Amino acid sequence: MIGGTGIASLYGAISGLGDVEDSNYLFLSLYTTSGNSIPSFMSFIALLGPIIGLALGFDAVNSERAGGTLNRLVAQPIYRDSIIIGKFLAGTAVIATIIYTMGIGLGAVGILCTGVKPSGEEVWRILVFLTFTVVYVAFWLAISIWFSVVCRHAATSALASIALWVFFAIFMSLVARIVANAAYPIGDEYHAMINSYNNYTLNLGLNRISPYYLYSEAVSTIMNPTVRSVNVVTMDQLVGAVSGYLSLGQSLLLVWPNLTGLAALMLIAFGGSYIGFMRQEIRSN
Amino acid sequence: MSENSRNVIELSQLTKQYGDKRAVDSLNLSIRKGEVFGLLGPNGAGKTTTILMLLGLTEPTAGTALIEGLDCARHPLEVKGIVGYLPDNVGFYPDMTGRQNLRFTGQLNGLSGQELEERIDELLARVGMTEAADRRAGTYSKGMRQRLGIADVLIKDPEIIIMDEPTLGIDPEGMRELLNLIRELSVEDGRTILISSHQLHQIQQVCDRVGIFVEGKLIASGTLAELEEQILQDGSYLLEVNVHPCDDKLLGMLSQQEGLEKIQKEGNTLLISSKKDIRGQLTRFLGEHGYTILHLHQRGGDLDEIYRRYFEKAGQSDERNDFEEKRKHGWRRRGKQARQGTDRA
Repeated sequence: MIGGTGIASLYGAISGLGDVEDSNYLFLSLYTTSGNSIPSFMSFIALLGPIIGLALGFDAVNSERAGGTLNRLVAQPIYRDSIIIGKFLAGTAVIATIIYTMGIGLGAVGILCTGVKPSGEEVWRILVFLTFTVVYVAFWLAISIWFSVVCRHAATSALASIALWVFFAIFMSLVARIVANAAYPIGDEYHAMINSYNNYTLNLGLNRISPYYLYSEAVSTIMNPTVRSVNVVTMDQLVGAVSGYLSLGQSLLLVWPNLTGLAALMLIAFGGSYIGFMRQEIRSN
Repeated sequence: MSENSRNVIELSQLTKQYGDKRAVDSLNLSIRKGEVFGLLGPNGAGKTTTILMLLGLTEPTAGTALIEGLDCARHPLEVKGIVGYLPDNVGFYPDMTGRQNLRFTGQLNGLSGQELEERIDELLARVGMTEAADRRAGTYSKGMRQRLGIADVLIKDPEIIIMDEPTLGIDPEGMRELLNLIRELSVEDGRTILISSHQLHQIQQVCDRVGIFVEGKLIASGTLAELEEQILQDGSYLLEVNVHPCDDKLLGMLSQQEGLEKIQKEGNTLLISSKKDIRGQLTRFLGEHGYTILHLHQRGGDLDEIYRRYFEKAGQSDERNDFEEKRKHGWRRRGKQARQGTDRA
């Protein structure tokens, strides 16, 4: 499915490529351009990438428990950590393989179809983008392993992790907007004038709790050298700014907090499943 | 002999508390090298918890469990290296063949290459699974899984084997094979075996010693003969009699006899309890009054009876009494096989 959508978005990107005005980073726009009614590869991955993680992890522990293999496994002379760490690392390895293969494959097909040649910096940007994606999907893997440790049944953990995914991907922005509007109302002109900065900042801050938003923000910055800031920019900050591209280093610097945030979320999720698993009593019924 | 009487498993004051409930309460038990020990008790008596503590999978609330002098809570890895554990409801990875499953376990135990392959072949032959070895484990029946489970346990060549409810859900033929195998493991290989079960008849056939385990407490342990003796010393005999004709007149006469404590009628069978052995007296009495004895049996010789007596003695809770009721009404009239079925439910 992911592969299929990748191809579809590539097709969309190629057909939409003619409309791209900025010809400096043409190769990157293969990943970021959306064709008519087909979203770009980047937004596809942000939305559907978690599915890979969830599919790999949702029954990692509880299916073994239900199948009676887990208590056979823990009776062997191995540390219990190795079971849960092994499950996470194996999943992450699979994810990395899928993501890199897909990303690089897409680029290769793109070269063949369009003849656009990537520059060195573009290649680096794509690799950073793919690495971000791996961390992001590994976060979802860790979440689903956590649910599989906590929930008895594979169906429960699958539903719970999918619910969380839907919440972050769709509802988090709604919630953030509602909370921000409640805290800093911008209903009329007067309020809008004094509150809009705070409103926007709060909205953004809440959205950034969501790994979906963190990831999207980070990769759109990486893949668009024209993005100069991820925060609110006031008019006086813009005075005298020279319009131009950011170098890769500067782009990275801009989203470094997002990367650390994502990695931290991933580690927290894995830490949760690790502790949960280590403290759990393994019995078959 | 001195080698044989060495204790390989030593539990002292072992206690496990779950909230308010004491799953295992100050358990003291030692198991000697090379013996087959049966841990008997109803469901929820704390048998599995005890086993988990032995393997270091659960931390005891108090007390210690030693296997070969190693503290199970502190050195679980070493303990798991010498103890083979066959859980109840043993499972295998359904997408892998039986052979691959065994290979995986072998690798986890640090075996590899030719040595591992040879051992797998040998064990598959031993449990009679050679033909099914290359089928996917998902297609195996319960009995086959159990046999593969034994092969799986034997891969690491353990000194001690712990089996949790190994006889559960196996057909009579499979049961017989399993018991033979257990016997063989003990006698020929000299392994120490701990079996937990609530199915008395099978255990009776293979165990050197049994321990009766109720609500976290070990209320009796010893050889079957010892347990029987203990019971009989309490001075309570139960006689099963089947006579012809079995009429109310007989009941009336019997109730006037001396030495008979209680007479119950279950179908055509009379259950007579007494303080001493009254078989001789009763035979004479019945003969004089023209009754034909069809069946006369002193209960107490089999484990079932011993088990029941110990339950009564332990001063059972309401829940236990329900269990007893079920046993009396449900089991008695059925055959032995059906009895196991009820128990499982």
